[in-house]
Amino acid sequence: MGTTLLRRNVLPGLPLSLGITLFYVALIVVLPLAALIFKAASLGPAEYWAIVSSPRALASYRVTVLAALVATLINLVFGLALAWVLVRYRFPGWRIVDAIVDLPFALPTAVAGIALTALFSGNGWFGSALAMAGIKVAYTPIGIMVAMCFTSLPFIVRTVQPVLEDIDPALEEAAQSLGGSDLAIFRKVLLPLLTPALLAGVSLSFARSLGEFGAIIFIAGNKPYDTEITALLVFIRLEEYDYQSAAAIASVLLITAFVMLALTNFLQARALRYTVRG
Amino acid sequence: MKIRLDTVIKTFDTFRAVRGVSLEIGSGELVALLGPSGSGKTTILRMVAGLEYADGGAIYFGETDATHIPVRDRGVGFVFQHYALFPHMTVGENIAFGMKVSKTKRKPAEIAARVADLLRLVRLEGLGDRFPMQISGGQRQRVALARALAVDPKVLLLDEPFGALDANVRRDLRRWLREIHDELGITTIFVTHDQEEALDLADRVVILNEGAIVQQGTPAEVTRAPKSGFVMRFLGDANRLSATVRDGVAYVGQTEISALDCIDGPAEVFTRPGDLDWASGGAGIKAMVSRVLDRPGERRVLALAESGEELEFDVEPERQIAAGDRGVVTIRRAQVFAKS
Amino acid sequence: MHTHKKPPRVGDSVLVRRTLIGFVLLFGALLVVSPLIVIGVQAFSQGWKVYSATITNSDTRHAILLTVVTALIAVPINTIFGVAAAWAITKFDFFGRRLLLVVIEIPFSVSPIVAGVAYLFVYGLQGLFGPALEAADIKILFALPGIVLASMFVTAPFVARELIPLMQAQGRELEEAATSLGASGWRTFLTVTLPNIKWAMLYGVVLCNARVMGEFGAVSIVSGNIRGQTNTLPLHIELLYHDYQAAGAFASASILALIAVFTILAKVALERRGAGRARRPSLVAACQHNSAEEIRP
Repeated sequence: MGTTLLRRNVLPGLPLSLGITLFYVALIVVLPLAALIFKAASLGPAEYWAIVSSPRALASYRVTVLAALVATLINLVFGLALAWVLVRYRFPGWRIVDAIVDLPFALPTAVAGIALTALFSGNGWFGSALAMAGIKVAYTPIGIMVAMCFTSLPFIVRTVQPVLEDIDPALEEAAQSLGGSDLAIFRKVLLPLLTPALLAGVSLSFARSLGEFGAIIFIAGNKPYDTEITALLVFIRLEEYDYQSAAAIASVLLITAFVMLALTNFLQARALRYTVRG
Repeated sequence: MKIRLDTVIKTFDTFRAVRGVSLEIGSGELVALLGPSGSGKTTILRMVAGLEYADGGAIYFGETDATHIPVRDRGVGFVFQHYALFPHMTVGENIAFGMKVSKTKRKPAEIAARVADLLRLVRLEGLGDRFPMQISGGQRQRVALARALAVDPKVLLLDEPFGALDANVRRDLRRWLREIHDELGITTIFVTHDQEEALDLADRVVILNEGAIVQQGTPAEVTRAPKSGFVMRFLGDANRLSATVRDGVAYVGQTEISALDCIDGPAEVFTRPGDLDWASGGAGIKAMVSRVLDRPGERRVLALAESGEELEFDVEPERQIAAGDRGVVTIRRAQVFAKS
Repeated sequence: MHTHKKPPRVGDSVLVRRTLIGFVLLFGALLVVSPLIVIGVQAFSQGWKVYSATITNSDTRHAILLTVVTALIAVPINTIFGVAAAWAITKFDFFGRRLLLVVIEIPFSVSPIVAGVAYLFVYGLQGLFGPALEAADIKILFALPGIVLASMFVTAPFVARELIPLMQAQGRELEEAATSLGASGWRTFLTVTLPNIKWAMLYGVVLCNARVMGEFGAVSIVSGNIRGQTNTLPLHIELLYHDYQAAGAFASASILALIAVFTILAKVALERRGAGRARRPSLVAACQHNSAEEIRP
């Protein structure tokens, strides 16, 4: 627990490094967020509540959260499978697959946005194929889910991968020697050991999806009440010079981000409870 | 369950870890595989378990050729050096694991009763709801043993089971493992590099070096009648002196030692520190004391012989002896082996 | 006869292996590789002439310049911050250490739109400093400074995230040894710490750079979207796209896509040197890991 006051501080440089850190954090991170919270708070409870619970705002929450939930669930399955394949198997092209998992992380969101739109719109490669099955992706909530899937994929893979790599092979060997089948060992030994990392990855992925903007607005269609995400609603209010609404709804996004951050930290702390490695 | 290894071979890339080992273990026997790191002892154990495949030879459980049977079907109980307890399960759940996943369905009440029995057997009653992280290393190892015993294994395999524990805990667990073995009568093989442990515990000791068996026998046999300098040095402190054998007698300077089974030529004479005596004069190997170490019960003297070789021997605690003293070392008992 | 050299682990059966690899490759190709391909195809859909015309167009060139300049300012400053933060947090114990870790991580979870709006409320006319800045005729928003600041918010954690877990795991002993031998703080840092963290630092720099160049949401708000003046490359792409100049948009996008590919290659190269492996999903967890109770022997 690192809260002892200046106990082991024998190394030089604390004032300078801490000074830079605090100054930077205060100026770049805390000040703007404080300004936003202040602005939102200055509305007064009644007005604030009226804005954040307006029908259009509520609709945007529904659209955003629903799409994020579905996208996160899909990424959960796919991310786990991807992490498993990357850790347990070797095949030609393994290195390429391992590298491109990071593409959504490295690719600018606007670029991803127009690319996904080109792929899934009515005359795109995937869009036309899906249209034949009667499924429309672009300009529908499904499009939002696809964009969220794309941008949040690396989070689950990269949180599960190291944990899977670190699992003691002796645990599997012990389970095998005790007579467990592959499925039983996966369900009772491996999956429980991966669950904390999975949950952490899920919460990161969900948080990212809730706040995503650039990748979504090209493919989404952005129809209010239908395919309008909360982040876009904030943007539109700004364009209308309705700064109060923008502040209020942005504060909702901010509070949600704080909650997700706390959740991730809590889940990680729980995970370390019984799997501390010495 | 009798276990038989028939010319078993294992090679890792270019490293020949096990070179044609043949071994028979009687039903109910407690056998130690003893040897330095890299001697192949753990590899052999893991091949018996089915955690490694043999590259050659065969392994028999009773009359059945088990060489290609997967580990989950062999009916072995394996205890790992670092316990390998499932960290997310309680002690009780760990022990019950084998019963819960087994093909033969047991009723939950049955399983719970057996877990309680095993906890009693390993003297951990009341700890069933703790997590591995909350108990000590010695306790964890006992849980690992209980877990392995829970599936009624035909053979119990232990891989350096006490290696990660303090010396005192090791000694206590050793005695207790012997008790359990005597009570249950399961064929048991355990691997160790600690000769004291092997000699203390086992019915029979199998000494391995560089992938092959160099000697096997009861603890009495291997300590009284070692077959090579390696065995002698591995089993305890031993002095080594160069000698020449002529007509069944080994000559170290003027000292003569009987060496009836030795061929003529260069040889090595091995003695235990307790088999040497020190005198200030007379016949024997001339030497000078370099250091005196005080230990509980004896004084261990380090000396340099005339030939430049080092000697260690024990004298009574009251004996007056100090670095720099010159004197003579006489040999009461020794083993002579031709120089390899 | 067994064909494997080692007994099979869980999931090594041929059926499971092939199914999973196939499933993964299929979706990987679909979802991840296709966007790259479609960018290339669309960028050249109207031929090389349109492509090169877009790239050399003055607005595009200005957008590229603005993006690069932003990165050249934001990334080094962020790196200095990351190093300072990692040094303070991992080499010392002080009250509020854990809170600081949480605060540093906040930008990672916050929507870029929120970041933009927040900056608006500091430097904009309806913000804290707006009127004062207006009076002094200092332009922060709708100009380069605003873009740089917003970019720094979004990427603030990036270098710190790579350095903190690594330096936490490395401990303080080497630095303590150096100072006990008389080395000054700077000397210690340059000769003892820096060599051990240089790959992780470079890794953080590479990721930070990719994100700065690609930032869209936050910069949309603070830049004012003035074509030819305050449009970064991502904003320029949006502009062209909504102007029905799809080929031009993709042409500009292809530049950023290329940078993304280079980012990934750099990432792989740096991971070979050990960067990026010490990370945990949250910084607080990474620092907790080393101060958790030791298992009793």
